[in-house]
Amino acid sequence: MNTILLNLRAIRGRAYPRVIGLMREPSWIFWETVLPVLSIAAFIYVYRSLNAPAMYEGFVVLGGVMTTYWLNVLWSMAAQLYWEKETANLQLYLAAPMSKMSILAGMAIGAIVSTTLRACTILIIGIFIFHVNFVVTSPLLLILVFISTLVALYGMGMLFASLFLMWGREAWYLNNLLQEPVYFLSGQYFPVKALGAVIASAASIIPLTLGLDAMRQILFPESASWGFLSPWIELLILVLLGVFFIICAKYALDKVEYLGKVKGTLTMRWQ
Amino acid sequence: MHVDAIECIKLTRTFKSKKKIVRALDNVNLRVSRGELFGLLGPNGAGKTTLIKILTTLLLPTSGRAYVYGYDVEKDFKKIRPIINMVSGGETSGYGLLTVFENLWMFSQFYGMPNKVATETINKLLARLHIEHLSSRKVRALSTGERQKLNIIRGFMTAPKIVFLDEPTLGLDVETARLIRKFVREWLREDKERTVLLTTHYMMEADELCDRIAIIDQGKIIALGTPDELKKMVKTDVSLEMEIFPAIKLDWIKSIEGIAGFTASESNGKTNLKLVTVDDSVGGEVVSNIYKHGGKILALHKREPTLEDVFLKLTGRGLE
Repeated sequence: MNTILLNLRAIRGRAYPRVIGLMREPSWIFWETVLPVLSIAAFIYVYRSLNAPAMYEGFVVLGGVMTTYWLNVLWSMAAQLYWEKETANLQLYLAAPMSKMSILAGMAIGAIVSTTLRACTILIIGIFIFHVNFVVTSPLLLILVFISTLVALYGMGMLFASLFLMWGREAWYLNNLLQEPVYFLSGQYFPVKALGAVIASAASIIPLTLGLDAMRQILFPESASWGFLSPWIELLILVLLGVFFIICAKYALDKVEYLGKVKGTLTMRWQ
Repeated sequence: MHVDAIECIKLTRTFKSKKKIVRALDNVNLRVSRGELFGLLGPNGAGKTTLIKILTTLLLPTSGRAYVYGYDVEKDFKKIRPIINMVSGGETSGYGLLTVFENLWMFSQFYGMPNKVATETINKLLARLHIEHLSSRKVRALSTGERQKLNIIRGFMTAPKIVFLDEPTLGLDVETARLIRKFVREWLREDKERTVLLTTHYMMEADELCDRIAIIDQGKIIALGTPDELKKMVKTDVSLEMEIFPAIKLDWIKSIEGIAGFTASESNGKTNLKLVTVDDSVGGEVVSNIYKHGGKILALHKREPTLEDVFLKLTGRGLE
């Protein structure tokens, strides 16, 4: 069996439930689009009451769109392998011949596809309700930044998936702990430059930070003075972050699998 | 060179808990030939599942070696994984929002099965296990028996050389369990190279299905042979089953000489006693003692020896 073909099929297999899940559970339309829009609306009305420039409303909509991916990374990537262990899928994945990275990649690709649909819905609702105007100055750069942000973000999710598997139930607490601070540090609703160079630099380890900053500069040219770094430099860092997280995820997964085989912690106790 | 399907040499596995070290497998030596349906019979906690986990590359041995088709489970796990598959009883794998077919297709992709082959194989197996009408039903809507049939198909559809079945009929109704046993037997018969390692604590299942059986208790293999060879071990013994009313305590039974082993359970105010004795006279002594302790015997049967009697004789305890 050709290894590449095997792993491509495995990626397709694992991505499938994520994509098809959208069609099977339409309740997501309410929970995962209407509720984030409410949160966006709150920030927009605050900016309006302060007579802030119109582009701030665009910052918020863009931040809201990218929040969808962050929540997805936390709850559908980071916590996923732990959940798979609880349902006994994990041991079947481990005993199967494909690379375990294919499972993570399948999870990530399926999640990106399904979340993009949600994100687009939020974007359309945001544009329609709040009349936000985007001016795409460089479509190519925008696409490259967007893709690099997602690769780096889901690469981080793949790494978290392995680590959270090792930490078990504590991972849930960690998820809750990470959720809000990341909203703040990545500048979901305001330019990250406002946090100062030191904090903004430290926060750049979160791919959302640089991704959002670069996309804002591309979509709202008048906000260039609020940009933390040049979009091209941010793109380069995002690519490096993506490679770094994916390599770390592979290493962490191998390590967790080995430790699990030694300690017997990868399968359910009752099985 | 002929290679056994499974070989274990002084296989030992320990687990550390907070206060003690549990020896789940203790110097297990085992050979399973290709084409064999080999059974591991033992009570819960005997080490059966631990052995399966080691052989399916999910767990490392603490010491000793284990080989699957000549491949070392520790070093060659990547060569073992394409040729094996496993099914556990009460398994809840897959995704509830997918249909039966979709779940099976998804797992087929992890073994690199081309779409056409996967579809044909899945449809064929769905029909063989009489659940073709459930193909487009969501998995979360399946009954326990239907779910286990799905698990069985998942385990066999990838054309493995060895299938590990860990208590595959656990908690199933008689009809479903029978169908699964029939399927396993037929699957083996279709190709002489196919091997099944089955763990169970149902003696009847082991007796009916297996070519050879290893009886395992507290991590050690205490007997190994064909079902007939094992039962010969208790051929000269007497297997008795009694129903006693009212339920009485049977602590005194241990002090009677000639009792090879016994189990007692209470239900509806009655005690059901199963015992293996070395000769008929011992049974008489037990009966008189029951009356002495205020019990009456409602029924008494002398039985043909079973694998449970072998276990009783070897360990002094029952399988449950």
